[in-house]
Amino acid sequence: MSQPFLIGEAMTGGYGATDILHDCTVAVEKGQIAVIVGPNGAGKSTAMKAVFGMLTLRKGRVVLDGQDITGLSPQDRVAAGMGFVPQTNNVFVSLSVEENLEMGAFLRHDDIRPTLEQVYHLFPVLRDKRRQAAGELSGGQRQQVAVGRALMTQPKLLMLDEPTAGVSPIVMDELFDRIIEVARTGISILMVEQNARQALEIADQGYVLVQGANAYTGSGQDLLANPEVRRSFLGG
Amino acid sequence: MDLLNAIVAVLNYVFIPAASYGAQLALGALGVTLIYGILRFSNFAHGDTMAFGAMVTILVTWGLQAAGVSLGPLPTALLALPFGIAATILLVLLTDRAVYRFYRRQKAAPVVFVIASMGVMFVLNGIVRFIIGVNDQNFSDGERFIISARTFKTMTGLNEALVLKTSQALTLVTAGIAVALLFWFLNRTRTGKSMRAYSDNEDLALLSGINPERVVIYTWMIVAALATTAGVLYGLDKSFKPFTYFQLLLPIFASAIVGGLGNPLGAIAGGFLIAFSEIGVVYAWKKVLGYLAPEGWEPDGLVQLLSTDYKFAVSFAILIIVLLFKPTGLFKGKSV
Repeated sequence: MSQPFLIGEAMTGGYGATDILHDCTVAVEKGQIAVIVGPNGAGKSTAMKAVFGMLTLRKGRVVLDGQDITGLSPQDRVAAGMGFVPQTNNVFVSLSVEENLEMGAFLRHDDIRPTLEQVYHLFPVLRDKRRQAAGELSGGQRQQVAVGRALMTQPKLLMLDEPTAGVSPIVMDELFDRIIEVARTGISILMVEQNARQALEIADQGYVLVQGANAYTGSGQDLLANPEVRRSFLGG
Repeated sequence: MDLLNAIVAVLNYVFIPAASYGAQLALGALGVTLIYGILRFSNFAHGDTMAFGAMVTILVTWGLQAAGVSLGPLPTALLALPFGIAATILLVLLTDRAVYRFYRRQKAAPVVFVIASMGVMFVLNGIVRFIIGVNDQNFSDGERFIISARTFKTMTGLNEALVLKTSQALTLVTAGIAVALLFWFLNRTRTGKSMRAYSDNEDLALLSGINPERVVIYTWMIVAALATTAGVLYGLDKSFKPFTYFQLLLPIFASAIVGGLGNPLGAIAGGFLIAFSEIGVVYAWKKVLGYLAPEGWEPDGLVQLLSTDYKFAVSFAILIIVLLFKPTGLFKGKSV
């Protein structure tokens, strides 16, 4: 297969008149983890939103599994196999954990129990708290609900916008472990991260964005070893 | 004996009327709170939606009565209620199509919706008065009392009577069924859960593939059913007069806000709180105190805290106190 599973190719666009992304390209292979890192305001989240169709591209295209989805709305992209976990407000706080997961599977009309079991297997703590309102959970548990909700559609690609924002380092490590487990089941993962070093350690592919454009691209290990990247973005 | 008489008097003049009035307010407030939670605006046309539903039910009731159909001891209006609900569903879906959907597409601010709903209110107001007139309409039939004053007195030998009107018992039973159905729907069905999800987090609901227009349609249908039921029960219990329904808007909003806007459980609690305070404040306690007070201490005045004409002041006062000290209401609701 010459083309990656997902590619946002030469994306140019922004929210208003001014472009935030300039000829930016991100791609993920099947079952791999791609991480977008970069300084504040580099357009990391914007690149992710562009892939998900939350802003209109002036140039470039998005291809998922050989299908050009540039013209699809975010909702249609969910149906096409994308799962998206926003950075904030990513759970239904007044609904129970199980209801959150059920709502994730809203588009499905088949039996969702096997998927529910998978999610509980991946995040055992959610099984214990399945009757509790998601708003009463800790930050790390909430993120697990958010990821679980996105997994309920059985996506082919899971997109995570700063999944470890605001959680403790221990919880962060655990979340990363779970994300690796998800990738092992064959789901591609595209992730934006503030904690660049830890994220690149688990990444198959890394993208360093600066001012909305690709600055460095390579495998996670390559980028970690690159002295330029280390000096500028990883603090030496 | 005096104590028993006092208890019976309180039950008869305060508790039973307040309970049935509270149930009617709760049904009304549930409609307001659902619209607020899901369409995110305060629907000022709600009182007149209730009036419209009650009006259609009354017209059908008269038709049934003329045709000689009756439910025996129960009011014929119960048979007509489904027709009233159907007509009101049609009406609110039409208004949504004609008015609110336009503003939804514009992503208009909530205050624009509120003003639009006032327009709808005036139009409905006119339609109802045009069709049925401005006067009092009586449409209750069947057995009037379950327990009448005389039966109770001969049964117990007390001075005070406990009267239970059919309409009051009917109100409580119907409201109980309606609320149970509503909560079952919201908590157990996929569509109900999607409505709660949409109310909780609109963006995430979209990401989950929940269709907002669907949610809006279901909401209007439920609201129409609740409003019609509330309107008919109120009309059976008191009488039907279009202006009264317009006035009901205040206690209904007070109930919804006191309970916490967007929270169905809060709307029910709020309805009863408002009803009990209103009736407790405007009731003349002279009789009850007469039974309870020691010899010679009986009050001379009526011990009525507020004249009945000012009963709406109670809703207002409670509303202001809640907004000042607990703007999200007694239950976790959205801040206004």
